[in-house]
Formats: sequence, structure tokens, C-alpha cells
Amino acid sequence: MALLHTVNKSPFESNTFDTCLGLAKDGSTILLIEDGVYAATTGHSVAEKIKNASGISFAVLGPDLQARGLEGKLADGIKVVDYEGFVTLVTEHDAVQSWL
Amino acid sequence: MSVKKFMYVNRKAPYGTIYALESLEVVLIGAAFDQDVSLAFIGDGVYQLTKGQNTEAIGQKNFSPTYSALGDYDVNKIYVEKESLEERGLTLDDLQHLVWEDEDDDWAEKDSIRLVSRAELADVLDEQDIILSF
Amino acid sequence: MSTIDVNGKQIEVDEEGYLANLNDWEPAVAEVMAAAEDQELTDEHWDIINFLREYYEEYQIAPAVRVLTKAVGKKLGKEKGNSKYLYELFPYGPGKQACKYAGLPKPTGCV
Repeated sequence: MALLHTVNKSPFESNTFDTCLGLAKDGSTILLIEDGVYAATTGHSVAEKIKNASGISFAVLGPDLQARGLEGKLADGIKVVDYEGFVTLVTEHDAVQSWL
Repeated sequence: MSVKKFMYVNRKAPYGTIYALESLEVVLIGAAFDQDVSLAFIGDGVYQLTKGQNTEAIGQKNFSPTYSALGDYDVNKIYVEKESLEERGLTLDDLQHLVWEDEDDDWAEKDSIRLVSRAELADVLDEQDIILSF
Repeated sequence: MSTIDVNGKQIEVDEEGYLANLNDWEPAVAEVMAAAEDQELTDEHWDIINFLREYYEEYQIAPAVRVLTKAVGKKLGKEKGNSKYLYELFPYGPGKQACKYAGLPKPTGCV
């Protein structure tokens, strides 16, 4: 059983990302969307948490990253997907947990 | 009417919620009243000013170019909190270069953004007559 | 939603006559809107209309009249950068009328 988690809140404004990370098991994927994409950039405490969560795959929605002008600050190891890639991720996992 | 010190405090990232755009519109409307206006960007609010925003793929209006018009509206005191940038792995180079033209100095271009520490910003807030929070 | 007829093409406008979609604009749109208000469009009018379109392209807003006046003075010369000149060209208000002809939304804060 592998879950796809989506997080749409900034990790600096809410504890949604931390809650998700705490409950995500190895083999699952966390997809960062909307204001959640701020977690995908480099140079802050959240980037360290992502680096240390080695059993979890991280992806970020490209359109939301571009909208916020942060393509150039994307951390290593995070896969960029478009809307089609989002759908593919949904089909590749057993269930989706949308953290709100 | 006496001139009052107005401060708009911006704490939200753009696009995820409507606060950033609403604040910008209120600032532009309020600029008609010839008051002493300052803007502060703290917390996720600093993300409003990142350069290179491109909203084409999310189908929302990109309002980041409008920050460059603030100088035309005599809004040229834009405080950015240093700690907020650092906590997010950002530097001033990641933000738009906002300028205003000083009519009394042969239209010389001057920087609008003032990078201030949390303690300095606390002092600026303390001087205000009216504070509007977004 | 009502429409205006521009060379046989139906273009959507809102209840105050502003274009519903900015991308529908072409010079003929301004001509049709002006004709409906018995307003002749001279080169001087076009200077302002083109200026507004460039301003919108760069900043994504229709400027307030005060901002327009100052910016026109800087770009087109001091004798044009005053509200008397602009109101003579656009008696319904340079903000409202010129922005409408230019295909822009009503200036923010303009009622």
C-alpha cells in the first residue's frame, strides 16, 4: 500500500507539511502543490527535513513553482511534474491523502 | 486633512490565497488620498516580491509586475524583514528590484526596498498611525 | 453580456462598455466605442490610448488619473501632463473614457 500525499500549505505558515511528513511511510510520495511548493526550495530548515526523509519520494507541481518564481531555487532530488504528471502519480498510488 | 502614517502589513504568499492581491489593490486605491504610506513584507509575505513569476500555467493573473508601479503612486517605503528572507533561503537578489523616481532630484531612480531587521521593523511599526494587515 | 459590432465581429463588453476580454482589442474597437459617444479620435487621443496600453502591458493595471497625468507629462511633454489637457481630449474622464477605448479595465479605485 503506497499513498500519494498532497500538501498545499506553506511549511512556514502551517504545520500541515510536518503532520504529513510524520505520517508518511517509506515508499509513499509527497506531492507539493499551490503554496506547498515553498517546501521544495533550498536553503532553509524544511529542505533539511526533506533531505533526511530518504524513504519518501518528493514531487512538486511545476506550474505552481513557476507561478511563484522559484524554479531556480528547487532543491535536488525533488521531481517536477505537470498536471498530467499529477494524474499519473495518482494512478500509480493506491490512494490519495490530500492534506488541507 | 492631516497626513497620517499608513502601514500595510503583508504576511501571505501570493496565489494560494487572495490576500496579496487584495492588499495590493487597497494600496493602489488608498494612494489617491495622499497619505504617508509604507508597506511591510514579513513571513511568507516576502514571497510576493520574488522575481520571475510566471502564472501562465496556473491560469491566474500575474500581478507581480504591478509592484513596479508602486513608485508611480508615491509608494516608495517598502520594508522587507531580513529574518523572514533568511528563514526561507532567500536574499534580496531573489526579489524584484523596485525603484521610484524622485521628482525633486531630476527624476533620479532610487531604491524602494529597505531591508530591515525584525527589531528595526518593530520600531517602524511603532511609529504608525494606522496599520492594515493582510 | 452585451456586445459591440466591430467590422461585423461581435465583441463582448461589460455593463459599462469595457471590453470583457482584453485580448479582443484592436484599433477598430476604439474607433467603434468613440463613434458611439460622438468622440472624434485624433493623433493626440491615440497618443494617450497607446500610452495606456503600454502602461498596462508593463504593470498589469490601468493607472489612476494622477499617475497617468504625471507619466504622460514625462513621456509626451509637460504641456500634455496636466488634467486640463487630458480632460479636453476625454471629457468623460481620461481614466474612464481613455481606458475603455484602450480596451483596459476601469482604473482600480475609479467609481
